[in-house]
Amino acid sequence: MNLALSEEQTMIRDAAAEVLAERSPSTAVRHAIEHTAGRDDALWRTLGGELGWCGLSVPEAVGGAGLGALELVLLMEQMGRRLACVPYFSTVCLAGAALAQCESGQADAWLTRIANGEVSATLALHSAPRFEADAVPVRAVQTANGYALSGTLDQVFDGATADLLIVPARIDNEAEAQAVALFEIDVTSTGLIRTPLVTLDATRPLARIELRAVEVSRSAVLATGRKAERSLSRTAWFAALALAAEQLGGAQQCLDLTLAYTAERVQFGRAIASFQAVKHRCAQMMVELEATRSAVLGAARAWDDAGCTTGAVPQNVLADIATAKATANDTFRFCAQEAIQLHGGVGFTWEYDPQLYFKRAQASSAQFGTTSQLLSILAEQMIDRTAPDADASMLEGAAQ
Amino acid sequence: MNSETREQQLRTEVADWMKNHLTGDFACLKYRGGPGDEEAFPVLRKAWERELAAGGWTGLGWPAEAGGRALPVAEQVIFHEEYARAGGPGRMGHIGEGLLGPTLIACGTPAQRERYLPRILAGTQFWCQGYSEPGAGSDLANVRTRAVREADGAWRVHGQKVWTSLAHDAEWIFVIARTDPESRGNRGLSFLLMPLDQPGIEIRPIKQLNGGAEFNEVFFDGALAAADDLVGVAGDGWRIAMTLLGFERGMSTLGQQMQFIRELDWVIDTAHEAGVAHDPAIRQRIARAWAGLRVMRYNALRMLAGADDSSAVLSREALIYKYYWSNWHRDLGQLAMDVLGPNANIVDITDEKRTRLQGVFLFSRADTIYAGTNEIQLNIMAERGLGMPREPRGTS
Repeated sequence: MNLALSEEQTMIRDAAAEVLAERSPSTAVRHAIEHTAGRDDALWRTLGGELGWCGLSVPEAVGGAGLGALELVLLMEQMGRRLACVPYFSTVCLAGAALAQCESGQADAWLTRIANGEVSATLALHSAPRFEADAVPVRAVQTANGYALSGTLDQVFDGATADLLIVPARIDNEAEAQAVALFEIDVTSTGLIRTPLVTLDATRPLARIELRAVEVSRSAVLATGRKAERSLSRTAWFAALALAAEQLGGAQQCLDLTLAYTAERVQFGRAIASFQAVKHRCAQMMVELEATRSAVLGAARAWDDAGCTTGAVPQNVLADIATAKATANDTFRFCAQEAIQLHGGVGFTWEYDPQLYFKRAQASSAQFGTTSQLLSILAEQMIDRTAPDADASMLEGAAQ
Repeated sequence: MNSETREQQLRTEVADWMKNHLTGDFACLKYRGGPGDEEAFPVLRKAWERELAAGGWTGLGWPAEAGGRALPVAEQVIFHEEYARAGGPGRMGHIGEGLLGPTLIACGTPAQRERYLPRILAGTQFWCQGYSEPGAGSDLANVRTRAVREADGAWRVHGQKVWTSLAHDAEWIFVIARTDPESRGNRGLSFLLMPLDQPGIEIRPIKQLNGGAEFNEVFFDGALAAADDLVGVAGDGWRIAMTLLGFERGMSTLGQQMQFIRELDWVIDTAHEAGVAHDPAIRQRIARAWAGLRVMRYNALRMLAGADDSSAVLSREALIYKYYWSNWHRDLGQLAMDVLGPNANIVDITDEKRTRLQGVFLFSRADTIYAGTNEIQLNIMAERGLGMPREPRGTS
């Protein structure tokens, strides 16, 4: 496995860093959370429409760039670094990833529109790392023309504003044995209630979505049964990987803010960055950050090498993602906490930025896998030896 | 033949060779030696070095003109992985082959290369490293050992080195000594090659907290280094010493990780045997240890992705590595003891797994101290990795 970045990958990363530094500085983020419900529409139009970022991981056949998880994590890292207030994660990493598995003309048409930056979309997927069909809270009852969907979905990413809403539901039908299906829901439907939630992390809007017998036609079904479950399961892991990358970027910014501040702040006649007590804490942030970067890049490369975008996700890749997300959870929280501490008094103010990252770090540590959930999954693989190839994959060659 | 096929072939070749040679008299060497177990079978492990040499498995990364095989990094890594996978013993020849050899190739005279490289490659001459002193540990430049030039150009050395691994099993030592008595810090030092078996050198083992003694004190009381055993020029010792430390990076890392995987496997087996495999707190710690191994693997691959370009700047992933693995290993030792419970306290050499885990627990205390303590590592990361201000130096 080669973890060197290609020229193209380096370009994607650097371009994203440059655009977001300019277009999503903390003033823009603060404007979005104070005035426009955590959404920067102008930035979204630029990223999706002009720069084509939404098509990055959409297959070429339907109008995307067809790039892999590695390119996506490089981009997500930069998004996280600048807390970009755009529905990219929900549109691309949730809805887009799920649609790509549906293999239908209808899903492909949505993907094309996503790739073109014409629509935002979201998938109402529960925040567990492992998809469990039994936990799907929406039921679909068959009607004369299609289905009626009922149930409440908590904490849907960008759920109040998404143009396209994809909802997993269990079909109440004995013949179909409560099969799970993916439905596309017209956001103007009668009986659909979208309520924005007030969140500590105001940079990422969440909404509660209630469906009260929302009528949909048969053609609203994007996938059913095994295909739908596979799509949801795969999407949950992909989302965990993307979030881990975003957390990495947030953590990096916490260190960078701290380095800038401690270099400027003078006490006892010296920049406080010259005190070993401060240097060591920054170095420890660097250790955790680089460890996380290795885990994220390794997991993304493993995802691409195993062909997970189209095929099944093997156990060793799940373990890599669990490692990356668990590591990123801890690293981002650690770095945000250290950023506040090392900023001293001003770190506690609304005015300085560490608080924004501190809240994002907390929120994302509980989305798509808490550390303890992910470690439990690793423990099953390693201690209960549920993955017979776990050892072999650990030992697999490093040939480049 | 493309590189992938060649790499696969090499992998098979190494695995087969190990299977056919790490057997018979050598079988007892499996998984033995290495830091914490260096006292195991020194004579036999030297014979094993000759066996490796005869098989063509020394000098893999050395250039051809130095007698090496000039293999690319990816192929050297394959050798180290397969060597470790087969249980290949800790390398007695590492200091000569991995450190001094490359240094002589980079900085030595043709005569020095001719004199030493063939013996290192053949596994017939073993080296140790004379850097640290009682007053020069983290502050390595504070070397007090001094060398004075005699009329015939030879150097007469007085002083003391400490923490010298394998000195009692080595024939030669390379030493940094102060050749300019007026100098301070990293100036005025020189890099000398000295035979250990001579009057004026005394080696005393240091008994460690785990009961072993693989480090030594080496006392110099007028011992001699020949005139043509000065590497580079007088006063250039610090640069050469640092060049040498640069060779430490990377290559054997993935082999070391295989040892760690094996140790974690022992911990997991022990958890089952001790009936704590269902303890949720233990499970989380084991999972965390395992996640740490994945991190180390990918971190090493990032390091190696940059290893073929010979730029002297260490990347951030390379800067964190020693701190990361040594602290991981120390935590593993503690986890192993917690899994063993009260039995962790009972010495029973017939229980090999327990004995090895006790060894990890005790010896890993050295991991976060040697080759740059945690505190020095953090300084280096802050200064070189993050560009923070340098530590102020004292004036004495």
